[in-house]
Amino acid sequence: MPSLGNIRRSFAPWEDPAAKPYISFQNVTKRFGTFTAVENLSLNVYEREFFSLLGPSGCGKTTLLRMLAGFEEPTEGELYLDGQPLKGVPPHKRPVNMMFQSYALFPHMTVADNIAFGLKQDGMAKPERDERVAQMLKLVKLEQFAGRKPHQLSGGQRQRVALARSVAKRPKLLILDEPLGALDKKLREETQFELMDLQQELGLTFMIVTHDQEEAMTMSDRIAVMDKGVIVQTGTPAEIYEAPNSRYVADFIGSVNILEGKVTPAGEGRIVLDGPDGRITGAVRDGAPATGETAWFAIRPEKIEIGRTPPEGAVNRLEGEVWDIAYLGDMTIINVKLASGTVVQAATLNRFRLVEDPIGYEERVWLSFNPDSGVVLRS
Amino acid sequence: MNARWSWFNITSVVFGFAFLYLPIVLLVIYSFNESRLVTVWAGFSTKWYGELFRNQGLLDAAWVTVRVAFISATVATVLGTLAAVSLVRFTRFNGRTLFTGMVYAPLVMPEVITGLSLLLLFVSINFARGFWTVTLAHITFSLCFVAVVVQSRLVTFDRSLEEAAQDLGCPPFQAFMKVTLPVILPAVISGWMLAFTLSLDDLVIASFTSGPGATTLPMKIYSQVRLGVTPEINAVCTILIGVVSVGVIIASILTKTREVQRQRDEQAAFAQ
Ligand SMILES: Nc1ncnc2c1ncn2[C@@H]1O[C@H](COP(=O)(O)OP(=O)(O)OP(=O)(O)O)[C@@H](O)[C@H]1O
Ligand SMILES: [Mg+2]
Repeated sequence: MPSLGNIRRSFAPWEDPAAKPYISFQNVTKRFGTFTAVENLSLNVYEREFFSLLGPSGCGKTTLLRMLAGFEEPTEGELYLDGQPLKGVPPHKRPVNMMFQSYALFPHMTVADNIAFGLKQDGMAKPERDERVAQMLKLVKLEQFAGRKPHQLSGGQRQRVALARSVAKRPKLLILDEPLGALDKKLREETQFELMDLQQELGLTFMIVTHDQEEAMTMSDRIAVMDKGVIVQTGTPAEIYEAPNSRYVADFIGSVNILEGKVTPAGEGRIVLDGPDGRITGAVRDGAPATGETAWFAIRPEKIEIGRTPPEGAVNRLEGEVWDIAYLGDMTIINVKLASGTVVQAATLNRFRLVEDPIGYEERVWLSFNPDSGVVLRS
Repeated sequence: MNARWSWFNITSVVFGFAFLYLPIVLLVIYSFNESRLVTVWAGFSTKWYGELFRNQGLLDAAWVTVRVAFISATVATVLGTLAAVSLVRFTRFNGRTLFTGMVYAPLVMPEVITGLSLLLLFVSINFARGFWTVTLAHITFSLCFVAVVVQSRLVTFDRSLEEAAQDLGCPPFQAFMKVTLPVILPAVISGWMLAFTLSLDDLVIASFTSGPGATTLPMKIYSQVRLGVTPEINAVCTILIGVVSVGVIIASILTKTREVQRQRDEQAAFAQ
């Protein structure tokens, strides 16, 4: 069976039933008064894993991290770190460091003192400490800002200080709450790779919250997508992208076209969806929907072929009119309006600098795709 | 703020300030009077200041006052800060409103009542009145001023700073000492200054709670004035005014820089 995505992983403890989880949330619920921020959540994260939490604002990501760091106690359920229950263990006794979403830099200390704070607390000798601070400053490219106070820094610089401070102690578990949100794209990408290197080098476990799905895809071994206090799906970036388990996840990560229809089985692991946009054949991976049920076919724009002539032998083809074209440099996104009114997005890679006779506005075009290129979703 | 300075405005300001400060200015000027007679100007001299330093009674009183003010301000600052911390932090303990009310009540309580009730307390528990009773009384009434000042700073203090310290390995108390306290220190110091000056110029409560051998400077001045104002008293008062003004100025500078700092931080934060 072909695998999802093109990465063959050597590191996949979550597939090994004998592997012991490093962090384990077991049916954890957290309520603030009558409001439930995290609901009956179970999650295992393994040692040396780079784990990302992704989800809309207010879905409980920070709350989850704060329970791990010890600033909130779960209302119900148990939390284990390295097999030990965390209940009642105060934050300063947990082998965990957290980078706060609000940075929480100490305003009365210089950048260097902020970074050295945790090391001093551990009683690390001065020469070693200075060396570590210098190394951290280098990591976040703030060498010439060591003597400044936090209020003399820009937002992005402060964020980097907060990052350096949380990494400095090299905790076994590092929790980062939106560590790179305030950085520009270039710096963000550089820091991402340096964080990944650091993680590899030191064998740390990372748990990170981000709003940026591209960042999550780049860095993570696995991603959990959250919605309103529950985890909707956990999986590798490729699984989440290529095999989302619901329209919510498909829509949250990347762009997607969703076509609705009533189910008829078509044999050989395939079903046919009859909907307003026409007839679509899709492959089912597990759990085929029942005949007559409403289901959705989700397909990514880059998996749709676009052409002027009806494609020969394509199982799925849809005709429409070019509605909008967005040139992004590396690729071009073409929005095609079907007869039903649905707009389908197709993306083509711009492999050649000069194109003869490119597709233009209001042209009639054909879209075609393979049944295996998308997924059939039941919710 | 852009209104022009009309004659009316200027006159009101002049009268207002004259009303407030003319008596004080007169007192300061007459403390440098050559003449023994308080109301007759006979040339400039600093002799009353010299005289003052030979007046053992006044010096003793001043020494008592400074000691009382120092001890009471220090204790009140510690207790007031603790009270402020618990008021801000434990927002949901039972009887919080009552506790808050009780901390602030002495702010508006007539001093006579505070003094009298303390006197009754000391008498009933048979506490010999003297230095320590005045000090205790001053702690009681200046504590709430400190609590108010520190509390207003704490409400804008970001709790996550303390959490970050704990996260980096500090037990809660250490986190408070290493992070929270340094950050709110200007407020704590201005609380101390306030308590110090309040104690320094208190007459009413001290009169109620003091005993033999523990006459404070305001009490001493008051009793001497009843025998007639001497330029010496003017000199003492001038010094007292100086000390109090310096205290108030330092306290307000600390508050001001804190304010400026905060605004700058906020601007920087928004400029991200
Ligand atoms: N101390 C608290 N008291 C009451 N409600 C809280 C508290 N902390 C968080 N919440 C609520 O819990 C929900 C989840 O908050 P949380 O901070 O975990 O969101 P988040 O996923 O981190 O969001 P964002 O991406 O905006 O940071 C929110 O609706 C929030 O209002
Ligand atoms: Mg958050």
